[in-house]
Formats: sequence, structure tokens, C-alpha cells
Amino acid sequence: MAPFINGIGLISPQQTTNPGVFLPEVMEYAVDFLRAVDPNYKAYINPLAARRMSRLIKMGITSAKIALIDAGMLPSPKGEGSGVGSSPDAIITGTGLGSVEDTEKILTGMNAGEQLMNPTPFIQSTYNTISSQIAITLKCHNYNSTYVHRSFSFESALQDTLLQFAEGAAMTVLVGGIDEMTDNHLQITRRAGHWKMSPVNNLQLLSTRTFGALAGEGAAYFLLGNQSTASTYATLRDVKTIYKLEKPLKLEEAIHDFLSVNNLNVNQLDVVILGYNGDFHFDAVYDQLGSGIFNGTQQVWYKHLCGEYYTSTGFALWLGANILKHQMIPAAVKFNNMPSERLQNILIYNQYRNINHSLLLLSR
Amino acid sequence: MARRVVVTGIGILSSIGRNLPETIDSILQSRSGIGKLQHLDTPHKKEFPFAEVPWSNDQLVELAQLTDSEGYSRNALLGVIAAREAFHHARLPHLPPLRTGLISATTVGGMDRCELYFNDFLTNDSKNIYIDVYDCADSTEKIADILHIRDYVTTISTACSSAANAILLGGRMIRSGQLDRVIAGGTEALTTFHVNGFNALKILDKIPCRPFDANRNGITLGEGAAYLVLEAEEAARAGKREILAELTGYGNACEAFHQTASAPDGKGAFLAMERALQVSGTDPSEIDYINAHGTGTDNNDIAEGVAIERLFGKRIPKVSSTKPLTGHMTSAAGSVEAILSILCLTHRLILPNLNFTTQMPELNFTPVTTLIRDIDVKTVLSNSFGFGGNNTSLIFKKTPI
Amino acid sequence: MEELIEKLKEEVIHQLNLEDISPEDIEPDSPLFGEGLGLDSIDALELIVLLEKNYGLKIEDPKDGKKIFHSIRTMAEYITEPQKVC
Repeated sequence: MAPFINGIGLISPQQTTNPGVFLPEVMEYAVDFLRAVDPNYKAYINPLAARRMSRLIKMGITSAKIALIDAGMLPSPKGEGSGVGSSPDAIITGTGLGSVEDTEKILTGMNAGEQLMNPTPFIQSTYNTISSQIAITLKCHNYNSTYVHRSFSFESALQDTLLQFAEGAAMTVLVGGIDEMTDNHLQITRRAGHWKMSPVNNLQLLSTRTFGALAGEGAAYFLLGNQSTASTYATLRDVKTIYKLEKPLKLEEAIHDFLSVNNLNVNQLDVVILGYNGDFHFDAVYDQLGSGIFNGTQQVWYKHLCGEYYTSTGFALWLGANILKHQMIPAAVKFNNMPSERLQNILIYNQYRNINHSLLLLSR
Repeated sequence: MARRVVVTGIGILSSIGRNLPETIDSILQSRSGIGKLQHLDTPHKKEFPFAEVPWSNDQLVELAQLTDSEGYSRNALLGVIAAREAFHHARLPHLPPLRTGLISATTVGGMDRCELYFNDFLTNDSKNIYIDVYDCADSTEKIADILHIRDYVTTISTACSSAANAILLGGRMIRSGQLDRVIAGGTEALTTFHVNGFNALKILDKIPCRPFDANRNGITLGEGAAYLVLEAEEAARAGKREILAELTGYGNACEAFHQTASAPDGKGAFLAMERALQVSGTDPSEIDYINAHGTGTDNNDIAEGVAIERLFGKRIPKVSSTKPLTGHMTSAAGSVEAILSILCLTHRLILPNLNFTTQMPELNFTPVTTLIRDIDVKTVLSNSFGFGGNNTSLIFKKTPI
Repeated sequence: MEELIEKLKEEVIHQLNLEDISPEDIEPDSPLFGEGLGLDSIDALELIVLLEKNYGLKIEDPKDGKKIFHSIRTMAEYITEPQKVC
């Protein structure tokens, strides 16, 4: 049985921290990378606990709490709602890079002869610190793990989550994907060809037809449960990761296989969310699918809103879940225009550099 | 009915040996790998001992049988060597293809290159080939490419329990039928990043680590890699291959107490061991040996010791920490110690907790201090605990032939 | 001594990133750890770095920190007369 998405907390470059509204307006930027809009962290984290938290960790804890509040498991910061119990049966995080800011602090600090190093950046630089800090905040002693595999990070966390439900080990799982960008890291990874060399307007991302993606960041946590509730968005039916496809044709085959395992075919998809990131070279993979297997499907894209980062499918899952809940596709994310009545099944397909491919399937 | 998970291959590379035979030889002689740093350059090398793999990167390239080693971190080199050994030990290249996954663990990934070239990354293009090597997934993907593993590839990082969680996930995916075979383990190269990080926490001992000793004063960092081939029992039996052990239990718990410290009552350790026993369907009295996390820090050894006493009561199994042999290999510790535990089953051994002299007043049990041979060992429990309270325990059993 | 105490308060707040605490909130004699400011073992390590960086005082054994970092006043005393505290 597929678990239900019962609560979502998303911190992104868009106005997304209020789960009550679904993309009321779109933020336009002309920047080197899309920076997430910081919510008021103090409303979610007490100052003493916050003293040793860098921004990424605050983003993680806050988005996790928003998801739990949304699911009715925690009272709101204003004390509204009772919260039926704050401990999920598992906390699982995906992060491609962990705290880049803390890692850079250590690397820079070591330049001074490896003396007088502070312990705090080291503690925070460990990739599992987000999941474990959430557990400390919730006093949750249950299963806790962290996946750190580029653009499989969030997907692996979701696969572990689905396995928890399949094993009957969990009734609720808090699962998230989180990554940050810094100026230094942008500058460094630009050298390796990841990003565009100059600022671009995010809403005109695809018209530049240049190499390199527009970088971004974000934190998305989801509370999944084996029961539907008043706050249910959708069900998460399946997640698949595909590492390196030798031939392009194999991708269509893999998508057909994935759908058929889930008793679906392409015609039954109401929306496909594609991971276009503005890199002219690698976006060709989506173009091929769009004119091929998804030719008759409503196509949606999202990275012009959040940028490219290893756990951007967290944003895509938020988008898909909200499209199903609100039965509405915001104009800003439509890639083509197909008539649609009832929105039932959504497939998310993402790839990074044609190496890490992933498929997520959700239904109403 | 959940499928049974067995171990059919082992690969290990550490300060006590470049492969399984050398490792066995070292443990039979209780030969520790702790000594002076030869390869890693840091001003702290005179201050602390380390369990460094005694081969240079060039020598590791040879051991890894690489024709093109460009863009390899030490982390990836160590991982490739150990994973390849496990793969061949299980004779996988000669077997029909089954759904095979790679689940690897690391804590700082290719940091060994990144820390050398960070200033170049910021200012010039001379080391661009190493930019993408920095993250945790790089070594995993290099191993997957060399061993042609495609069906499932991921990387776990839960600090010092990382590789134990890789084995745990591998076991779960085979049990549930998602995969038939998993190469699971971890790789970790010594880095100045880790040396300075642990030194900032003031938990590096100036002499080789002394787990469970009253005068213990911290850890000794080590490096290396270790991988297990896990398979569904029916696949292994169909291939008529040697089954080294069965993975019967695993438990993961979060202590949720403090970012670095363990709770004095050892709650996280207790829960991880208790859950592993539950999954395994094993009574505490059946455990013959505990390969403890036993880091040698003030905090860990009390918490773990108290948890063992609470769980096992008056019938405490033989306990030792093998970190005085191999050093603390952080992310790789979980798979290294799983392998050492399995060797206790296959070679009828209990491994010693070296460097122990003085009983801890807080504990009622004493670790095993010398190698015990020709002893019946049927069930072993291996503990791996990480910062942030990410605690994992694994149980392996001798399989009847 | 009083001047040093005021300076230390500022430095401690900065080093430990105690955003919502002002120097007036810290009593020179009240405990920094446990029931006082609520600091923990990692803060103690941060304070060791502070003493070495700003005052050139090296604390080899973190256990000595317990006495030195009892309060702002004991820290000030250690800076002026290390032998008296340890």
C-alpha cells in the first residue's frame, strides 16, 4: 500500500513556507544562484539551541517542523492545534553536500597552520547532523539515517521510507531533501562546468540556450503516513533511481517498465514533471522525452523556480503533491498546454548530467 | 516469509593488511596498525599516533589495478581495492547476473584531495579534475563503474555508524526482495580535516587508544575500507558457494541526546542492540561475542558499557573493542568490525581489546585482553555508534552447512 | 578585574553565538553551564579556543575547563592568575 503525504514543509527561493497557499505568485530573480528565502527561524528554534546551528541546519529543522505542523503532529508556533504526538517512526534525510558553509570554514581555518580550530563547524559539517538535530529537537529515538548520493540523495531517502512502510516498521516517516549553495562553492563548481558563467533571469532560463545550469538550494521535508488524514495531499507510489544509462533509448524503456510495474501506462499520466535546469546540453534528454514518450502529456517544469541542486526533487514532489491536492497547475510551471480534467497520476523525472536519473510516481 | 541474508564475500584493507589474508594474519598475531603517520602531512603528526594504511597513493593505484587513475581520491582508491576483493572473493564475476546493488558509506568522501587543492579551486583552474571528487558519492560511483553495478547505487553517511547502516540497508533490501545481492561497506581516507576536527573536540589520545580502560583518553584515527557481499540465501545456495555467515539482525536507533556526547545511561546503544536482537529473534543469552564500538573516549565507553550491562544483565558475553588493532576508521568502522566479527565465527576466535590495563570503576565487566583461539562462536553482535546519536547494531550467525 | 569581566562577557556571547543574550543578562558569578546559561561540553571547547586565541592561554586537559569556566569571574581570575584557579 502506498503511503500518504500528510504534511509538507518547504523552504525555497519561492514563497513556499505557508502550506496553506500554493504558489500565489512567482519570484523573479536575475542572480548567480537562486537563494532560498529564509523564514523567521526564531519562531521554530529556541535561541539557545540555535546558537550552534548554521543556516542549513536551521533550514532543515524549520522545514521539518513546518511539515509536522502541517500534518497536525506538532502545534503551530502560535500554539494552535494540539499536535497528536511529535515523534515519527523514522527520520530520513537526503543531502548531496551537507553543510557547505561549515566545511568551508574548516578548510579556510586550516590555512592558519591547523591551530585554534573551533569544534562547532566540524560537528555541523557531518552530513548526518541535520537528521540527528531534528531527532534531538523532537526527542525522537526511532530509526534515523542520511543519504548523500548526489541527485540520488533524496530519492534514496524516499526509497528507504517506502521500505519502512512495506516492512510494516513505520506508521509515519519524516523524510526530507536539503542542500545549500554558497558563493565559494558556486565559484568552485563553476570551474567544473556545472553552472552558467553569469547571472540569468530565472523565468527566462531556457531562452538563453547556454551550457551550465542555474544553481539553487532548498529544504523540503514530508510527513508520510500509512493513513490518510484531513491534510493528505497525495500518495507516493514508487521511486526508482537509475544509474548511468548506456543508450538513450533505454530511458524510454525504463520509464515504461517503471509505469507498468505500477500498473500504469503513459496515457494514464496526467502530468509529467521534468527537471529542465537550463543546461542546454543536458536538457536535450528532456526534449527527447517531450517529443517522444511524453508527446501527448501535460509537461511541467520547476527548476526555474528553485534552481538546480542535488535534492531539487524535494521541490518537485512538493509541486506534484500540491497539483494533486489543489487540482490545479499554476501557469508558471506549464511547459506545454494540454487539456486536463481530473488530475490523478503524476510522474516526476529528473536527471543530473545524464548520470543520475530518477522517477517518482504519485497519485491522488 | 522474508528471505534470509547471507555473507558470501569479504574485502578489507586497513592499517593491518592490504587484503583478507594479511588481515587474518595480523589478527592471529594481535598486530596493531597504530603508529606514526608516513603519508598524511599535518603538524599534528608528532602529537598523536594514527592507524594509517601504510601505502602511498601511487602504491594504492597499483593495488587497485587501475589503468587510468586520474581524478581518484585516496578515499576512492581504498574503496575500489576493498570492494573489488569482496567481489572476487564471492566469485561474482563468474556468476549469472542477479539484481545487484552497491551501498557504500563514507563521512568526508574525497576530502583528502579537496583539502589539498581547496585554495587552487578558489583561485585557478589547475586542479579542476578534483572538484567533483570532493563529495561522498564520487568513490561510490567509481566502485560501481569498475564492478559494473547498475541496479541500485547509493551512499550513506551517518558519521561513525555509516558502514553499519550500509549493511543494514543491504540486508533490508535483500530481505524484502528488492535486490538479490548487495555489496555493502564503507571507505575512509585519513584527512587533515578529520585530524583537526577530532582534535578540536579534544578526543584524540596522545598514545594508542585504550578502550574500556579507566585511564582511556580518546580515540586513535585510522583509515581503510571494507565491503561485504550480501546475498539472498537461495541465490548463494543455487551458486553452491561458501556461506561465511548469516546477517540475522540489525537495529538502528537515534539517541537524540546531544550533538556529540552519548547519554550517560547509554539509551541509544541500548535501543540499537535491543532492536537488533528483536529483528534477529535472538535471546541476549545466545550472543557469544560483542565487538563493541569502544572508541576509547571517556563518554562512549561508559555509555556503551552501561547499555551492555543493562541489556545482558549478569550474563555478559565476551566483549572487546578492536579499535586498538585498526584505529577508529570512522565511516568504515562498521564494515571493518562486521568483518572482524564474522572472522570470529569462521575462524573460531575472540579478538582482544589491546592496550587494556585498568578496570573502569563504573563497569562490572572486563574486556577480553588476549586472543582466544579454538572457541565455539555461533552468534556475534557488532556495535557502531556515530555523532548525533546515530547508533546501529548488527548480528551475524554461523550458518549450518 | 571588572573591566575584564565586561570584556569577557562580550567575547563569550560572540564566541558562542548567544544571539539573544546581552552582557547585562550574565551575572559574573552565576554558573555558565547547567542551570545557568545552559552551556554544554562543546561550548567548553569553544571557550578553550577563545582563551588561547585572545589571551594566549593553552588548556591542555579539557577537564580543567570545569573549574575555569564555572563563571565569568572564574574565567577572569584564570586569565589574571592561572595558578589560583587550577
